[in-house]
Amino acid sequence: MAKHHVTATVNGDPVEFLCETQDTLLDVLRDQLGLTGTKEGCATGDCGACSVTVDARLVCSCLMLAVEAEGKAVATIEGMAEGETLHPLQRKFLDHAALQCGICTPGFLIAARALLEKHPEPTETEVRYWLAGNLCRCTGYDKIVRAVLDAAAEMRGA
Amino acid sequence: MRYEAPGSLDQAVALLAAEPGEARVLAGGTDLLVQLRTDLIEPALLVDIKRIPEMRRIAEEGGGFRVGAAATAAELKEHPRLKAVWPGLVEAANLIGSTQVQGRATMGGNLCNGSPAADSVPALIAAGAIASIAGPNGRREVPVEDIMQGPRRLALAKGEIVASFLLPPRPARTADAYLRFIPRTEMDIAVVGCGVCLTLDASGTCTAARVALGAVAPRPLQVPEAARALVGTKLDAGALDRLDAAARGACQPIDDKRGTREYRTKVAGVLARRTAQIALERARKA
Amino acid sequence: MQQKVKTNGAAAFDWVGTRPVRPDGVDKVTGRARFGADLAMQGQLIGKVLRSPHPHARIRSIDTSAAAALPGVKAIVTRDDFKDQPSQLIPAGEQMINYRDVVRNVMAREKALYEGHAVAAVAATSAGIAKQALKLIEVDYEVLPHVIDVVEAMRPGAPLLHEGMITAGVEPAPKTPSNVAKRVEVGHGDVAVGLRHADVVVERTFTTQPVHQGYIEPHACVASVSEDGQADVWCTTQGHWMVRAQCARLLGWETSRIRVTASEIGGGFGAKTVVYLEPLALALAKKARRPVKMVMTREEVFRASGPTSGAHVRVKVGARLDGRIVAAEAELKYQAGAFPGSPVQPGCMCAFAPYDIENVKVVGYDVVTNRPKVAAYRAPGAPISEFAVECVVDDIAARLGMSPIELRLKNAAKQGTKAAYGPKLGPVGFIETLEAARAHDHWRAPLGKNQGRGVASGFWFNVGGETSVSLQLNEDGTLSLTVGTPDIGGLRASMCMMAAEELGVDIESIRVQIGDTGQLGFNFLTGGSRATFSSGMATVEAAREVIREACKRAAKLWELPEDAVEYRKGAVRPAGANAGKHAPLTLRDIAGLAGKTGGPIAGYARINAQGAAPSFGTHIADVEVDPETGKVTVVRYTAIQDAGRAIHPSYVEGQYQGGVAQGIGWALNEEYIYGPDGRLQNPGFLDYRVPVASDLPMIDTVIVEVPNPRHPYGVRGVGETPIIPPLAAVANAVADATGVRFADLPMSPPRVLAALDDARARGKAKI
Repeated sequence: MAKHHVTATVNGDPVEFLCETQDTLLDVLRDQLGLTGTKEGCATGDCGACSVTVDARLVCSCLMLAVEAEGKAVATIEGMAEGETLHPLQRKFLDHAALQCGICTPGFLIAARALLEKHPEPTETEVRYWLAGNLCRCTGYDKIVRAVLDAAAEMRGA
Repeated sequence: MRYEAPGSLDQAVALLAAEPGEARVLAGGTDLLVQLRTDLIEPALLVDIKRIPEMRRIAEEGGGFRVGAAATAAELKEHPRLKAVWPGLVEAANLIGSTQVQGRATMGGNLCNGSPAADSVPALIAAGAIASIAGPNGRREVPVEDIMQGPRRLALAKGEIVASFLLPPRPARTADAYLRFIPRTEMDIAVVGCGVCLTLDASGTCTAARVALGAVAPRPLQVPEAARALVGTKLDAGALDRLDAAARGACQPIDDKRGTREYRTKVAGVLARRTAQIALERARKA
Repeated sequence: MQQKVKTNGAAAFDWVGTRPVRPDGVDKVTGRARFGADLAMQGQLIGKVLRSPHPHARIRSIDTSAAAALPGVKAIVTRDDFKDQPSQLIPAGEQMINYRDVVRNVMAREKALYEGHAVAAVAATSAGIAKQALKLIEVDYEVLPHVIDVVEAMRPGAPLLHEGMITAGVEPAPKTPSNVAKRVEVGHGDVAVGLRHADVVVERTFTTQPVHQGYIEPHACVASVSEDGQADVWCTTQGHWMVRAQCARLLGWETSRIRVTASEIGGGFGAKTVVYLEPLALALAKKARRPVKMVMTREEVFRASGPTSGAHVRVKVGARLDGRIVAAEAELKYQAGAFPGSPVQPGCMCAFAPYDIENVKVVGYDVVTNRPKVAAYRAPGAPISEFAVECVVDDIAARLGMSPIELRLKNAAKQGTKAAYGPKLGPVGFIETLEAARAHDHWRAPLGKNQGRGVASGFWFNVGGETSVSLQLNEDGTLSLTVGTPDIGGLRASMCMMAAEELGVDIESIRVQIGDTGQLGFNFLTGGSRATFSSGMATVEAAREVIREACKRAAKLWELPEDAVEYRKGAVRPAGANAGKHAPLTLRDIAGLAGKTGGPIAGYARINAQGAAPSFGTHIADVEVDPETGKVTVVRYTAIQDAGRAIHPSYVEGQYQGGVAQGIGWALNEEYIYGPDGRLQNPGFLDYRVPVASDLPMIDTVIVEVPNPRHPYGVRGVGETPIIPPLAAVANAVADATGVRFADLPMSPPRVLAALDDARARGKAKI
């Protein structure tokens, strides 16, 4: 069974890869493209650690076949900072100590950025419900929510 | 396992019909990929229908809406008019999983995955949605409540795909609502789901209603007795009691890790009341 | 709102108590940080484990020949590849383990003792081939009856997991084997006598279910063994020296042959103080002569790694009308899973520890059952026993018409109180947490409809232990600090801060790394709330050594006696009569002169950190109960805890908040659900329900500081105490809202509704 040949862009860069039908986008990002910032926590779409955006849409990369990425623009955590300049969300997560072990952090940052792109002025409740698909076991979510609200405020003001 | 991404419904139907082994439609993949990963299914062919424009389109048609079976829950929410006309349905679809899942999940997949607990199905049934099915022998229209026959059993022949849902024109003073009960606030499979759509006359009396329940029977149920409890009333306490009883009476639930028989039955009655009240509030303003 | 209460005088520090950005932070927000599964080695194979589908079965034979013949399969290991281990107890974290059991948990020998128990492992050129190979391994099982409930397992006639098991700790020893591995007892005084003076006595039985630590990162490792037997392991762990020790033992290799590097760790909470994959990966790597990477799936994590015990607990407390508790006793039955070693002992030790009680007795039973061997979970054993006690204390307060905070104040443990397990407490901050709770806005805020408020306290003793660090003064005056306790959430920041405080330098000039096992002396693991305390103590000692050496060098240059110089504000200066005679020499200056004055300057600390002090907490929870569905929502929460001294307050707050979230999950929705067939029904995050962001409110924190006099900065471990109070705080809040006291966790909606309906029928429900 011949592999699929896929062309896509990841973080703005053109990529090409071969994959089997059952390989997920998460598998390919981590194992072939060396982008290990996106994590596997469950492989069933229940934890959000594998969050990426595909054509600006927030998705779980464990729930997408790699072959479905044909022609799409994928954005992962590695592309969030611009050179040495961290995205406001990244800075606020650091300032607010919104991470402890850090394994869920890439997923949260990608998800939060997608939120703020659609809803620049979310309430605390809206933040919590948008991020309900991102599990964190270390922080109890408090500082994460504060960091997101603070980043939103800064991004509106800037 | 082969993968095809046809650009037309005819091609998709042909692929599915011609496959001697097991063939699966790949829409959002949010159920399919989990089943593949856990070796629950081992299909020979995946047919990705996301390149078929008809299946993705959301358009007004004949006073109602034709919603492509592969439009994502997120797209339903972002459509400028759909949420205003069918808030319950759009909310139901956007209760599936998480924001990430809603970015991919579709009502076609939600229905055809064949889970009695599917979130969008009771809302589709309450709205009176008709599924448009494309198959080797042409098209046929089937009310959504007749599609699922039991867990993972659909009234679809080999090669047939649900292409779209037709939501009928919504009369004045009509509104829908959907509620589900889960132990957390998000991320759980429905323990009970309830969709209600009702129409009021100028005096505020209910003249028509549809009530559907999910996760309390081998398939999502339309509950005519529950609807009858509301028709001709202003949803006074007595009507709501009868609604509650009718909802409970229709339940044939199971005991499983998500809820006991007794609990599901009780909560079905509670949800029916609460859902009907939301639909009532909305219908008054519609 | 985050508050801090300084109760023992505010000290002025440059760094300690501030909130700098953590040094490893940028890597973690950019995806650069590498966790267990993020490493790939050239030529690596993928390892997968075959696991028993039966909860209890004798393994008659294992035939791997078909699997071995599959192209792409490079190595297979079974029980035959691991030598049996004699029975020997060693400390690991806060528990003792027995190698006879460790070797069997890592790879089943005579029997499969739980569904998910490892039976064989394969290394192949791809995951797909490895999975196929597993299907080709034929295991001949003789299925045996199983037992998964702790009370059932204790009954005579219950299926026996270990044929020769005689209960330890019973005199005279029983004649017949059972599933009770041991009995423990702590206490003093005479409970029966004490109860005679009680005006009110409450006795209740409680049950809790096994809950999983729920870390988001599955176990993962990469192992490589060269032809001359040198082995490297990269793994996610709370203790890489423990990994080295256990692998060396299980494989029969010298310790020095194995070097373990700890990756970043995506959560552990006690559960990553155990080896599962590492010995398998090493054995496979040696056989295959290629590196082997092994990563657990989420399902494997649930089925095959240790949750904490489920338990059956009876508590009886007697008090006088004035609120003094006169006697208290408890009986704890904890399930250990397939091998002995539940945390029943710390459960016994902590049960009544917040209270000064003259007559107290706690008896505990460690019981094996056909479930995965339990692993430590944040204050192991204590949340269970303290849940039960804190609920009973609340009940007593209600019966006496006394505020639950007042009742606790009347009985609060303090300096000099003798704990049930023996020692007298040093200075502690329990009373301060109670007073802070009483003074907090939360305690006075009005409650809405269907809402209730509960309060509960918690105690954990914290540990110290063996610690080694190395602090190098680099040529340009910057510093490199190497510590050995993996950073589970802010450790690097705190170490830099303490070192900077000691040395009087900017924290930016200190770079900290977690060293591998070849770079430092032994380090006990990150657990027991010990890392900030122990690595901090060692870091301070190493910094002081650097300072002493810097002073020596300066004195030599200035031709002054060593005691005629002093170190202040980052520089050595002549002291006393010689003050001002020479310009101060900064560390940078001295670094530049190191070679000329005797060689590189460094501080090495190798200690067994003593003086770890307990941390007390008091929490307030508000809940709202839906009367028609039984759903409980936590609407407000405040966690107050004594940190001794908060080195980095944000990370102390983070520990409080994280523990609270886990405790709330434990109280409301988390549980292992087994079918009568002994198989786990919810091995995934869909149906194992940890709290999600929308389930929780903001978690307010108050850091109380009653410094620990035995740590240079007064630090107390804080990581474990926070998970203890939430179970009873939530249960007591639900009781306040509904009039129904819950004794069985989790308080999931069906259970709450059933209990409400029952109470309504008896006219006892408030809603």
